[in-house]
Amino acid sequence: MNKTSVTNKIQTEANRQDFSRVRTNAILTPDQKVGFLRAMMRIRRFEQTALKYYNQGYMGGFLHLYIGQEAVAVGALSLLSADDHIITAYRDHGHALAIGMDMNGCMAELFGKATGCSKGKGGSMHFFSPEKHYWGGHGVVGGQTPLGLGIAYALKYKKIRGAALCFLGDGAINQGTYHESLNLAGLWHLPVVYIIENNQYSMGTSVERSSTFRNCLAQRAEGYGIAWDTANGEDLYEVRAKTQEAIQRAHEDCRPTVLEVRTYRYYGHSVADANAKKYRPTEEIERYKNFHDPIRLWCKRLLDEAVITGKLIDQIDEEARCEVESAVQFASRSPAPKEAAIFEDVYYEVDHATQAGCSGTHFFR
Amino acid sequence: MPLITYRKALNDALAEELLRDENVVIVGEEVAEYNGAYKVTEGLWRRFGSRRVVDTPISEAGFIGLGIGASMLGIRPVIELMFWSFAYVAFDQIINNAGCIRYMSGGLIHLPLVIRGPANGGTNVGATHSHTPENFIANTPGLKVVCPATAYDAKGLMKAAIRDNDPVCVMENTLLYGECWDVPEEEYLIPLGVADIKRSGTDVALIAHGRAVLTALKAADILERQHRIHAEVIDLRSIRPLDEEAILNSIRKTHRAVLVDENRPFCAVSSQIATLIQERVFDELDAPVVRVCTLDAPAIYSPELEKRQLPTAERVVNKTLSIC
Amino acid sequence: MSSIPIEMPKLSDTMTEGTLLRWLKGEGDKVEVGDVLAEIETDKAVMEMEAFDEGVLEKILVPDGAKVPVGVQIAQLSGRVSAASRVARSAAAFHTLTTTSSPPAASPSPSSRSCMRVKASPLAKKIAAELKVDLSQLRGTGPGGRIVSRDVKAILAGSGSSAVSSSHPVLPRRIELSGMRRSIASRLLESKTQIPHFYLQLEVDATPLTRLRKQLSEDVQATSNANNNQKITVNDFVLLAVARAATSYPKINATFTGDAILQYETVHLAIAVAVEDGVVTPVIRNAQNLSLREISLAVRDLATRARGKKLRPEEYQGGTITVSNLGVYGIESFSAIINPPQAAILAVGAIVSKPVVTSEGQIIAGQRMSLSLSCDHRIIDGAAAAEFLTASRKFLEIPESLLFF
Repeated sequence: MNKTSVTNKIQTEANRQDFSRVRTNAILTPDQKVGFLRAMMRIRRFEQTALKYYNQGYMGGFLHLYIGQEAVAVGALSLLSADDHIITAYRDHGHALAIGMDMNGCMAELFGKATGCSKGKGGSMHFFSPEKHYWGGHGVVGGQTPLGLGIAYALKYKKIRGAALCFLGDGAINQGTYHESLNLAGLWHLPVVYIIENNQYSMGTSVERSSTFRNCLAQRAEGYGIAWDTANGEDLYEVRAKTQEAIQRAHEDCRPTVLEVRTYRYYGHSVADANAKKYRPTEEIERYKNFHDPIRLWCKRLLDEAVITGKLIDQIDEEARCEVESAVQFASRSPAPKEAAIFEDVYYEVDHATQAGCSGTHFFR
Repeated sequence: MPLITYRKALNDALAEELLRDENVVIVGEEVAEYNGAYKVTEGLWRRFGSRRVVDTPISEAGFIGLGIGASMLGIRPVIELMFWSFAYVAFDQIINNAGCIRYMSGGLIHLPLVIRGPANGGTNVGATHSHTPENFIANTPGLKVVCPATAYDAKGLMKAAIRDNDPVCVMENTLLYGECWDVPEEEYLIPLGVADIKRSGTDVALIAHGRAVLTALKAADILERQHRIHAEVIDLRSIRPLDEEAILNSIRKTHRAVLVDENRPFCAVSSQIATLIQERVFDELDAPVVRVCTLDAPAIYSPELEKRQLPTAERVVNKTLSIC
Repeated sequence: MSSIPIEMPKLSDTMTEGTLLRWLKGEGDKVEVGDVLAEIETDKAVMEMEAFDEGVLEKILVPDGAKVPVGVQIAQLSGRVSAASRVARSAAAFHTLTTTSSPPAASPSPSSRSCMRVKASPLAKKIAAELKVDLSQLRGTGPGGRIVSRDVKAILAGSGSSAVSSSHPVLPRRIELSGMRRSIASRLLESKTQIPHFYLQLEVDATPLTRLRKQLSEDVQATSNANNNQKITVNDFVLLAVARAATSYPKINATFTGDAILQYETVHLAIAVAVEDGVVTPVIRNAQNLSLREISLAVRDLATRARGKKLRPEEYQGGTITVSNLGVYGIESFSAIINPPQAAILAVGAIVSKPVVTSEGQIIAGQRMSLSLSCDHRIIDGAAAAEFLTASRKFLEIPESLLFF
């Protein structure tokens, strides 16, 4: 290994701990490792394509892209057992795809079609899949933090040995509900893992300008008696290693953890963010894109481990692109929801035409 | 039939539902060891233990959000707000999460939770503790809200609310907790969306909910004895869903309506009732639909004045006379 | 009473003919102002035709279902021309006046758009006027064959400064081989004598690059499908690195027009390809957005066709920066001559083993590749050029930064 040149001062091997040896990662098969690459590429191509069609007017509202953060969702979610659950905020396409939601349904949801995963009723910020234990998809910053807590509470109540992974951003840590949730989690010993995806900017405001004690956002957990740690989000091995410790703490000790994962988003807060290149120096964005891209770094890892070939990388990329394009076709061809659907899925009782659902007027003019 | 307090009726309802369904959990400030700030949950912790009756720190957004999250996995939390005035610190959780998650998921999720607590003025506790937000809840599709006025209604509605698979808000009243009514011992439920004719009449319909029903009944009494006006009193009981037919039938019969509402007038529940009546049974009306609401200012402290700020039987009588 | 002709109205700005779906009034019917006379299908929708005058519908001249050009008479009304009609007609005429160039007050005439007009965008016209380019000689690549700004710019970039000052028409033209030789001679002479060249040079540590390239190519032996499995070459890496660095440092991605510098957001990368009796520089368009595989395929394709004399003219025009690599010939370093009107050309040498000094002061055997940048000092200065060159080196020394995107 060349230790001399200027090239490696940013890279992982020389400076950082090698998490590939940690048991969680050491037991991975080549197929699984390649699978992670596939998962990240699918997310990357999906997001890029979503952007393209958003700009052409096929989608309305907000679009919060996960580009640059792929290793966090893919890494963390690769550890879930049958009894674990996850919930996140509005930058949720990556988690949705990583947990195995159908790409057609996701794209159709962005297009607002009836075949969307939320029947076109939620939009970009609201992908859900209860059957896969994925509880959304939430728009209000920090609003999901007590929900994640509640999921952990239910698991404990039902005596299920599971963890609730609740993702949030560096902006959400200043919301009151997050502090209330930490207090309850620490007080009641709930198996929740708060994963802070610190992409260093909450909307247009940097961490420096948002948070006191900014060097380490997770350390606030100490004030609530909760274990905490940090991880480098561009290193999939490290994300897995640290997340696994937290999940284990939830399973075995029924205790919460706050895990701060340092990452970066290449695009703005959402695509409507006109100042994405003003509140961040272009040089910084370029540096992350070029030299800290989690997908590129994982490719390099796999090449170094002789677990993949250049041809397979291209093939996986091609397959991802094809899958995304086919999802676009599916979405384009799908119909919009019918007008009557506006009143469906509001009340369980009405939707199931139970006695309660037929008693009294539920919708007004 | 036993005469029991409104408070006891609620207590019985909670106990019965805790017994019936493992998933029901009572959550709130002082609900367990303190036996409830207003004693509604008295004895339940001793009987059912800490797992079923849970004391929370003062953290409404936190524990209401927790309840919502837990209900996604099938827990049926009954969350107490010591005052519904404290709901506002948790409004994001209530309106955006409890109110919208089912819809935004395209119907994949339902949230079988209950949020309950007293919502009333008239106790001199000042402006920030005297809110009656049933109108805000009623304005939110996805949520349901009921306002029981008697012990009988409280028990039946509370049981129905807990068994309902949608989020139901139950608005009680500290001034009613100690009042007594006949309540059967056998189990009964009152379905949501069904109003109750508390007093039958022919000349005017006094339509109210919550404690205003009792005010309306007092007024009806005065109208009968002193003015020979036979007033009908409709207790809405359930705001959303709403028993529109009961209201319209009453107008078809009486041709006049006085709405009595403890909320302030702008965008109150009575605003919706008024538009419902004029739109649907316009030709049945012999007079404009009028209202008696709380006088439009924050709740005043002065005990002498606060009782006059709320709707009084006297104001209801005068308003009725003005249209008869 | 007078005889009022009713013509096929112009019901949308793009309508040239309408289909008279059905008449709603019959011959002999009384007609009031505002009555709907017929339903007409335009290029966009089905519309109602109203009467502007009152009277009697005397004669229907076209049957249901007929296709009629705008302005042609379709019926006759006998009646009084109403005041409303006069207003409506003049409004309609005004409308037609603004959309076609037909004379006012008459019914809209069939569209007589000039066949002699050149279809060009306003920006293209503006640039062409500034730079004295004759639009009628250009072929447009915009929608519907419209000439757009890139068509004008492409001509300039490709054909050198002569397009700027001369008033001769600038045509894309196929260059014959003997012409190539003539062209190389004259252009490069002009370049060398008229452009103030300066040169920057550095060495790239090529060890990571050769390692990654080997890793990517390792599967080639294993499979027999030659088509898909060509090796990625060192030069492919260099080209992508240059393209990416040039987008970050756009001062280098520019051309000179004589009185202005045109800076481009996208990199059209010209690559020097040796052909039978000379060299051509085919262009890889939008190179910064391509993957290594795509660049590799593009290079192979362009080079093959260049040698087979099968390049299309637009494929060797419009370059914004050139890369020339003589490494395969064993040349360690060299300086190239700028292709006007570009700002720079990068000359790449072979990877050679040579002694290098490490940061710890040790001497070891290293792998080095020379990059030599020739720049036009009218367009760019040393510091800016240096930033571009060091950025290119950085990409090459951390070559995984060129994988995927």
